[in-house]
Amino acid sequence: MKLDARIPSGPIEKKWEKCRFEMKLVNPANKRKFSVIVVGTGLAGGSAAATMGELGYNVKAFCFQDSPRRAHSIAAQGGINAAKNYQNDGDSIYRLFYDTVKGGDFRAREANVYRLAEISVNIIDQCVAQGVPFAREYGGLLANRSFGGAQVSRTFYARGQTGQQLLLGCYQALERQVQSGRVTMYPRHEMLELILIDGKARGIVTRNLVTGQIESHIADAVVLATGGYGNVFYLSTNAKGSNATAIWRAHRKGALFANPCFTQIHPTCIPVSGDYQSKLTLMSESLRNDGRIWVPQQKGDKRKPSQIPEGERDYYLERRYPSFGNLVPRDVASRAAKGACDEGRGVGETGLGVYLDFGDAIRRLGKGVVAERYGNLFEMYERITGEDPYSVPMRIFPAIHYTMGGLWVDYRLQSTIPGLFVIGEANFSDHGANRLGASALMQGLADGYFVLPYTIGDYLASTKLDKVDASHADARAAQNEANAQVKKLLGVQGKRTVDSFHREMGKMMWDECGMSRNAKGLEKAIGHIAALEQEFWKDVKVIGAGEELNQSLEKAGRLADFFELAQLMCRDALERQESCGGHFREEYQTPEGEAMRDDDDFCYAAAWEYKGPGKKHELHKESLSFEYVHLAQRSYK
Amino acid sequence: MKLTLHIWRQKNASSAGKMVRYETDASEHMSFLEMLDVLNERLIAQGEEPVAFDHDCREGICGSCGFVINGVAHGPLPSTTVCQLHMRHFKDGDELYLEPWRAAAFPVIKDLVVDRSAFDRIIAAGGYISVSTGSAVDANALPVRKKDSDMAMDAAQCIGCGACVAACPNASASLFMSAKISHLGLLPQGQPERMERALNMVAAANEELFGSCTNIGECEAVCPKGIRLEFIARMNRDFLKASWTFRADRVEGD
Repeated sequence: MKLDARIPSGPIEKKWEKCRFEMKLVNPANKRKFSVIVVGTGLAGGSAAATMGELGYNVKAFCFQDSPRRAHSIAAQGGINAAKNYQNDGDSIYRLFYDTVKGGDFRAREANVYRLAEISVNIIDQCVAQGVPFAREYGGLLANRSFGGAQVSRTFYARGQTGQQLLLGCYQALERQVQSGRVTMYPRHEMLELILIDGKARGIVTRNLVTGQIESHIADAVVLATGGYGNVFYLSTNAKGSNATAIWRAHRKGALFANPCFTQIHPTCIPVSGDYQSKLTLMSESLRNDGRIWVPQQKGDKRKPSQIPEGERDYYLERRYPSFGNLVPRDVASRAAKGACDEGRGVGETGLGVYLDFGDAIRRLGKGVVAERYGNLFEMYERITGEDPYSVPMRIFPAIHYTMGGLWVDYRLQSTIPGLFVIGEANFSDHGANRLGASALMQGLADGYFVLPYTIGDYLASTKLDKVDASHADARAAQNEANAQVKKLLGVQGKRTVDSFHREMGKMMWDECGMSRNAKGLEKAIGHIAALEQEFWKDVKVIGAGEELNQSLEKAGRLADFFELAQLMCRDALERQESCGGHFREEYQTPEGEAMRDDDDFCYAAAWEYKGPGKKHELHKESLSFEYVHLAQRSYK
Repeated sequence: MKLTLHIWRQKNASSAGKMVRYETDASEHMSFLEMLDVLNERLIAQGEEPVAFDHDCREGICGSCGFVINGVAHGPLPSTTVCQLHMRHFKDGDELYLEPWRAAAFPVIKDLVVDRSAFDRIIAAGGYISVSTGSAVDANALPVRKKDSDMAMDAAQCIGCGACVAACPNASASLFMSAKISHLGLLPQGQPERMERALNMVAAANEELFGSCTNIGECEAVCPKGIRLEFIARMNRDFLKASWTFRADRVEGD
């Protein structure tokens, strides 16, 4: 298989314009003759569905939540980047592009990243017009703050609930289209299969989560905006329902899966407190603007933080990275925290934590200013831990947060299956091996509002699409597959709960395919997970029936796909014999313990092809070239 | 700690439900939903159906979760969703009664899960600013007073969980609606559609069988996001003004 990214020729700042000009348009009167399915209603899917509705397409939008407003984009806290340069601090589209390529450790596609930076400014305009209440200065103009991995203030924010406000803006735009009749909304529906007809994506099979009914939906194109797969680790900052089933099912039908091992560990999460832990809670990275991270200098120092004098504290990020200090990118901050804990200098009961201390900030700015900036985060921390961060330093530890990998897409966001488009976190395209803070919201909305609605038009205008319906043999076959999977899960009638399997696999993944990886551990994990998967199919216990609301059945179906994905993640991590961004292979590091890339051998996106059940995936490589941002070792020193 | 739970169990929308008693153990560090997870793991192991409840982010922001604990929507801790409620706020031997939101507009789907799609329909009736993608002016072209923007944000924090409806003796959706009407009505971008928005959203709520507001204030007391009663006053002002003076075919300034 030859991967063609379809990157337009010409200078980077003209590529998107050129592409837009070259794409065919669908006549306004003809748009209503086309139907598009959008799966997922977060920032990417919601904005895409709303925008396509506005353009006049017939859109069917699906989400597993009870309302499109609940998609997990809602939980994003810190902000959204845009190269507005409102602060006059030297920002530009080119600088945002440069920071993102460098932050991604040179494993993203330059052309995509440039387009993202270019579009970032339109996103802010659009959101403000929708009524998103971004933070403002007293003069009435928009406020900005800085974020990890950047030296300019380009992050727009709405208190600590930026994702919520952006998603509500997008949800309201979507509901406006629902009212107009151009979007039909299917909440509490989960996609179980992709329908391919004549090699093109023509529909999906869904399960109605209330009635259990399995049904087929047919359209002229399918858009997956189903988010990331961080829940493969069981414990992550993702919502409990976030899952990989839609993208994995599409992968099994022929869409290549790119860079599955590129997962992001967020440095500032609340540490695990016990075995019953169901998820991890993120504390926004914006806290690192004013909080200082430290551990005791001495190993095993069990004194209270207030009893450890200044001279016996190690502000390790400030020490190791004087120019970025506490604002180094996420991967660097996470690994440094792990390093401190591995040395026995971790804090809290478990020793798996570091301090994030606002003592200095409170002395410098006053409690009032700190409360205004971070009050809601401090409250959330106190609610969960029972400790008051105004008087005791927060304890934080890294947790799985985001997955840079995803289905492979070309410049036009189309996967290797014609008519199947993948947007937002579900694709692999813009963040390389590490995503910078406040860039996920930017990518979701860029894809949904401003890229996909154009590129899908070109596909619809230039493709011959036969009239088909759900009675087509291929649609019926896909529906049968989905039915069979449900029957199979209910039929095992074993002894172990779904969660107990998921926890065991998640722990294995965290230990061997988490913050640092090595060949031996990865091989062990592959064997262990394959064995666990077999046990799952012999011994899982799913109570209840298929024709009703059955949350255990939902979880079981998602976990069945996570088993397969987990093995591919380990395989990808094993093949990538270098360290880059969030992928840290212990065998490949500099003497100072920093990630060591190997650009001669691994400057590519690894796109994996599914070859059938039980068969090994085949690796395809899309080589990456860097014409504008020259390959260099990242340095935040 | 040992707890006695009485949980509303209802197989589906068409069957009758009843309270069922369970004994369970919990640690003070667990969240309330983790305590239920542990109960559910045990029920599955015993071959019984686990308790169904809506939840997703478990960070208090998605608005999926919510049920009534001992008569109080989202339980005893103010400004806190059940997913953020931790067991340290309960004590050994406590007896807790868990029930779904009760309102004609929120039919029970199963156990503690209810259908809140009426909220989506209210938003669809007018809870937006009509600005199609691409037609926006520069974000700083229109300054907004910080005070207005901050108050718009206070209102915009509503997570649409439905606790206000569950707590209201009239099952009114006024706090929910007023949050959106105030959020958009406080911003200059929201002015052109301000009158229609109030009329259309209120009309939609009436069609959905939500009750009217009689200023009781239970909604504000249980709201996990601190949405204030004064927003209902703002909504009423917009609604009254629109009802008395607004004609869809009239040009402002006539």
